[in-house]
Amino acid sequence: MKDEVTREERLDNLKGMGCSRKRVEDARFTQGKGNYVDDIKLDGMLFGDFVRTPYAHARIKNIDTSAAMQVPGVLAVLTAADLEPLGLHWMPTLAGDKQMVLADGKVLFQGQEVAFVVAEDRYAAADGIEAVEVDYEDLPVIVDPFESLQSDVVLREDLVAEDGSIPDGAHGPRTHPNHIFTWEAGDKQTTEEVLANAEIVAEESMYYHRTHPCPLETCGCVASMDKVNGKLTLWGTFQAPHAIRTVVSLISGIEEHNIRVISPDIGGGFGNKVGAYPGYVCSVVASIVTGKPVKWIEDRMDNLISTAFARDYWMKGRISATKEGKITGLHCHVTADHGGFDACADPTKFPAGFMNICTGSYDIPTAYLEVDGVYTNKAPGGVSYRCSFRVTEAVYFIERMIEVLAIKLNMDAAELRRVNFIRKEQFPYKAALGWEYDSGDYHTAWDKALKTVDYDGLRAEQAQRIEDFKAGKTRKLMGIGLSFFTEIVGAGPVKNCDILGLGMFDSCEIRIHPTGSAIARLGTISQGQGHATTFAQILASEIGLPADSITIEEGDTDTAPYGLGTYGSRSTPVAGAATAMAGRKIRAKAQMIAAYLLEVHDNDVEFDVDRFVVKGAPERFKTMKEVAFAAYNQAIPGIEPGLEAVSYYDPPNMTYPFGAYVCVMDIDVDTGVPDIRRFYALDDCGTRINPMIIEGQVHGGLTEALAVALGQEIAYDDMGNVKTGTLMDFFLPTAWEVPNYETDYTVTPSPHHPIGAKGVGESPHVGGVPCFSNAVQDAFRAFGNTHTNMPHDHWRIWKTANELGLHG
Amino acid sequence: MIPAAFEYYRPKDMAGVLSLLEQHGDDARVMAGGHSLIPMMKLRMAEVPHLIDLQDVGGMSDIDIDADSIRIGAMVTQADIIDHADLADVAPILREAALQIADPQVRYMGTVGGNVANGDPGNDMPGLMQCLDAQFTLVGSGGERSVRARAFYEAAYMTAREDDEVLTAVKIPLPEGGYAYEKQKRKIGDYATAAAAVQIVNDGGTCAAASIAMTNLSDTPIYSEAAGAALVGTSVDDAAIKTAVAAMLGDIDPSEDNRGPVAFKKHVAGVILRRTIERAWSRA
Amino acid sequence: MSKKMHIKLKVNGKDEEFLAEPRELLIYTLRERLNITGPHIGCDTSHCGACTVTINGKSVKSCTMFVAQADGGDITTIEGIGGPDDLHPLQEAFKEHHGLQCGFCTPGMITRAAKLLEENPNPTEEEIRFGMAGNICRCTGYQNIVKSIQAAAAEMNAAKEAAE
Repeated sequence: MKDEVTREERLDNLKGMGCSRKRVEDARFTQGKGNYVDDIKLDGMLFGDFVRTPYAHARIKNIDTSAAMQVPGVLAVLTAADLEPLGLHWMPTLAGDKQMVLADGKVLFQGQEVAFVVAEDRYAAADGIEAVEVDYEDLPVIVDPFESLQSDVVLREDLVAEDGSIPDGAHGPRTHPNHIFTWEAGDKQTTEEVLANAEIVAEESMYYHRTHPCPLETCGCVASMDKVNGKLTLWGTFQAPHAIRTVVSLISGIEEHNIRVISPDIGGGFGNKVGAYPGYVCSVVASIVTGKPVKWIEDRMDNLISTAFARDYWMKGRISATKEGKITGLHCHVTADHGGFDACADPTKFPAGFMNICTGSYDIPTAYLEVDGVYTNKAPGGVSYRCSFRVTEAVYFIERMIEVLAIKLNMDAAELRRVNFIRKEQFPYKAALGWEYDSGDYHTAWDKALKTVDYDGLRAEQAQRIEDFKAGKTRKLMGIGLSFFTEIVGAGPVKNCDILGLGMFDSCEIRIHPTGSAIARLGTISQGQGHATTFAQILASEIGLPADSITIEEGDTDTAPYGLGTYGSRSTPVAGAATAMAGRKIRAKAQMIAAYLLEVHDNDVEFDVDRFVVKGAPERFKTMKEVAFAAYNQAIPGIEPGLEAVSYYDPPNMTYPFGAYVCVMDIDVDTGVPDIRRFYALDDCGTRINPMIIEGQVHGGLTEALAVALGQEIAYDDMGNVKTGTLMDFFLPTAWEVPNYETDYTVTPSPHHPIGAKGVGESPHVGGVPCFSNAVQDAFRAFGNTHTNMPHDHWRIWKTANELGLHG
Repeated sequence: MIPAAFEYYRPKDMAGVLSLLEQHGDDARVMAGGHSLIPMMKLRMAEVPHLIDLQDVGGMSDIDIDADSIRIGAMVTQADIIDHADLADVAPILREAALQIADPQVRYMGTVGGNVANGDPGNDMPGLMQCLDAQFTLVGSGGERSVRARAFYEAAYMTAREDDEVLTAVKIPLPEGGYAYEKQKRKIGDYATAAAAVQIVNDGGTCAAASIAMTNLSDTPIYSEAAGAALVGTSVDDAAIKTAVAAMLGDIDPSEDNRGPVAFKKHVAGVILRRTIERAWSRA
Repeated sequence: MSKKMHIKLKVNGKDEEFLAEPRELLIYTLRERLNITGPHIGCDTSHCGACTVTINGKSVKSCTMFVAQADGGDITTIEGIGGPDDLHPLQEAFKEHHGLQCGFCTPGMITRAAKLLEENPNPTEEEIRFGMAGNICRCTGYQNIVKSIQAAAAEMNAAKEAAE
């Protein structure tokens, strides 16, 4: 039979890698049929909610729950005293510390969970909370990490020995009761020598303020203990459902096979939903105690003041160079404010995440990094808000240091970057702080970016603007923000990346159905990234069945293979690789079946788009669909029936996406109001699976970068009160504040990834924050500015102008 | 966020409202659109045991324009103001200001009466009404009385309205001349860092009358009589504007908040007022 | 607890009657009492618009309205905008132009956009951005939302012209 369909049409029919396939998720979301955790409704379901402390540091003298128990509809009020016999009043954090589930004798930050009220509905729970009486005794509040390290006030008495000595923490020796760890990378002595003897040294201190991922859906869960069968089901907003299952098993003693964790649709995560929160533990306990399902859903204020924050890094840098601008050394010290408990979500061996990527995209021969973690009376967390572990901090640091060095050298900042980029032929490149960059072509990307935006023209326009400003013809300055970033994503190799001892591999299991469609299950979980769309595209290209015939399922630990979840841009680099590898196993078996059906040797057929073809005789072929049917329904000697495969992928290395961003901004010197005129983003994420989705990820990441750079913060007053607990004050931009972005790309595949993909979801945030910030700072460079701290809200921009004497 | 329980009433006429107010005194609050009150109740920062919803009370949803004045019923929403073509003709500053309040959904619910009556210094309408020299109609058990907007505000959330009175309408003399409402804010939905309302009359190149009010720069809106007076009789040149700005700065008393410290707010207030005057004058 | 009220609503064309505490927020009435879970809760303080529904012809944030206030009202949620057999052009356009990611803001976003296009069938980009400023999206950066609304407007205008 003659094949009427061209090869090109067969390729199109697959909707495989490289095409902008429309998302399969969208039908339900656009019709209001998503299934988020708060949509779950079970028979007899109860509602739990927290009494939270208004004090940032206080001793609890008494908790009186008697009035609350009289409130109609209130069934139980749990306190630490109730959890203690179960050993659940404290829980382990992801960072090797422990955290109170409910306040055990004292509270350490405003909003900390004190008691859990369980009621028939959320109204009764709210009334019950009002009726719980807690007697607090104020303690001195510390919101400054530097003060904390000098203070006699001990925040964590549980971490001081009876004789007053300070036992080691999870990451080694501690120097003060409020000190958590010191972590270092690189060569201290050589770096100091290089800096001491350098022709040029630039220094800067910068504060990367505390902010919050603030997904539009808050955190929450529904716990349902089936006492008849001894099975616990836990639905929740979990970015890592399998890890949650293991943690719940370890702390509750329930065997892991009796726990089913389900992440339904998740309304955005951005790192906020990686950790384990007291709400999860209390819901489980409450369900066990009452025998009924218990739901806990945060409100927005709960979410902003108590669940995982991001950043809060005080960074001090020194960078040395020759007079010509060749960088010779870099020194970075960080004082990291971790709040009341160390609940950072980082791989175990990396208490400061991958901050040691802070040499950036530059060939810096010598570097040293030292990070001190510190307790304060602020909320715990320290998650990676739309970035791989602390990479946003690292990239902000180096991209600011480059600008500061350019000022010191009186050199153009774009040229300074170009002079110091790691050259294409240096890859794989071993960086001074330990990482091995897989691939890159920075000069090509940079040149393309600068040419597209007409960089020289912009600088000429800026120079004219400065003249006009000085002549009194305008009150607006023009800033050109540059940033060139290298991400480090796809954690990661099990040899150096684990969380709580769980290796950070990921997985995919594929079942091909007899009629030529398929289901694939993964250990990851989408929170808007479109996995159901893109992973099907990877598989379509690998196994030759149309993406539309492949269902992708994630988030149910009873059915999905074990995996470490979705954060740090790890889904495509790790689970995407597992998907390709599992697909290749399918193909290998299918090839044997096809050869049998075509009556030739295995090696005499080859795969072509959607079929196996006899070499040299393209008219003789069996489609994957035909092979699938045969796999189940035809007895083939020496081959087991069925067509299934599973792959657990432990990546040999991280992947290193990169990009070149340019922002053009006008700044009203008198009011501090910025106006983003243009934003150009070139991303190189290796092989591109779905350009439409990549572009969408870039728009979103840039918008979150805009928010962080220009105003979004979790701010505390001296008493430890959160000043930004609602969306009136916590800055989430609307469509009105956001510009249109221009996107562009180059393609430098990862050499070690099966399909060459590197991950993209977080790149725009990582590269965007310094780009927006640099634009603000650049506007004032001609008037003597070297550095001002974010967030660049109106008053801080105004303050910069004011301090530079621009208000006359 | 769940508010405390309350009794709810939806009387059909003002007599019903007034008798409830009389009966429950301090424990009762009237509500129009609810977009100021409900968030406060949800945060449990406002306790309202008896909530009186005004939506069924007739006669408060009209905009009437006659030869020398405008009457706006208390239940007229910001969206109604924006959509009212005749109003935009005779008093365009109302539309310009309403567009800068909150966001579309909130403007459908938020009313003129609620905005002027609750005494939140962040609200935009009070300053605007002072600029326009509006009169607020208050109805109570003792009958109806009228209070000038310029005399209505005493402190944050404290006004000349008695607990048993309802603000039923706003009466504005037809504005003359050029106008502008300028508001600096951090984002859509925010209160002003500084906002200015200016109405100004140009008589052959000389300012014949000027009215200036500022928003969110004190614990009440600030009508700056001195600032307006500084412009009258001038050609609204740089020197006159400087004098007006200086006069305004003498009248405001901003406090520090998340938008910034006092020095910043004062500076921005000056810049915003200058721009508002210039724009209003260009339209005069 | 206060005494319960007898409430009547019309939701997506269907009459509903029930007893409820007046403080019940309309969003919970819809989501928990009537199992209409399209509208979501994002901020609780009327800033994010995830809970947007249309009531008596107005776009309203249903987290900031008591069910008692809504009594007698005619409500449309995303479920009433279009379904599998009668998709609204906005629902198709959001999919076609990647106007959503996590989907959490989408029901409120589309419900609001439908009202916007009813009032202004031919909005400029600026009018769309201003008219949608009561709805926050954390994922898309709005660019593709604007594009989706523009495309739906064009589609609806073309259909109207064809019908005339």
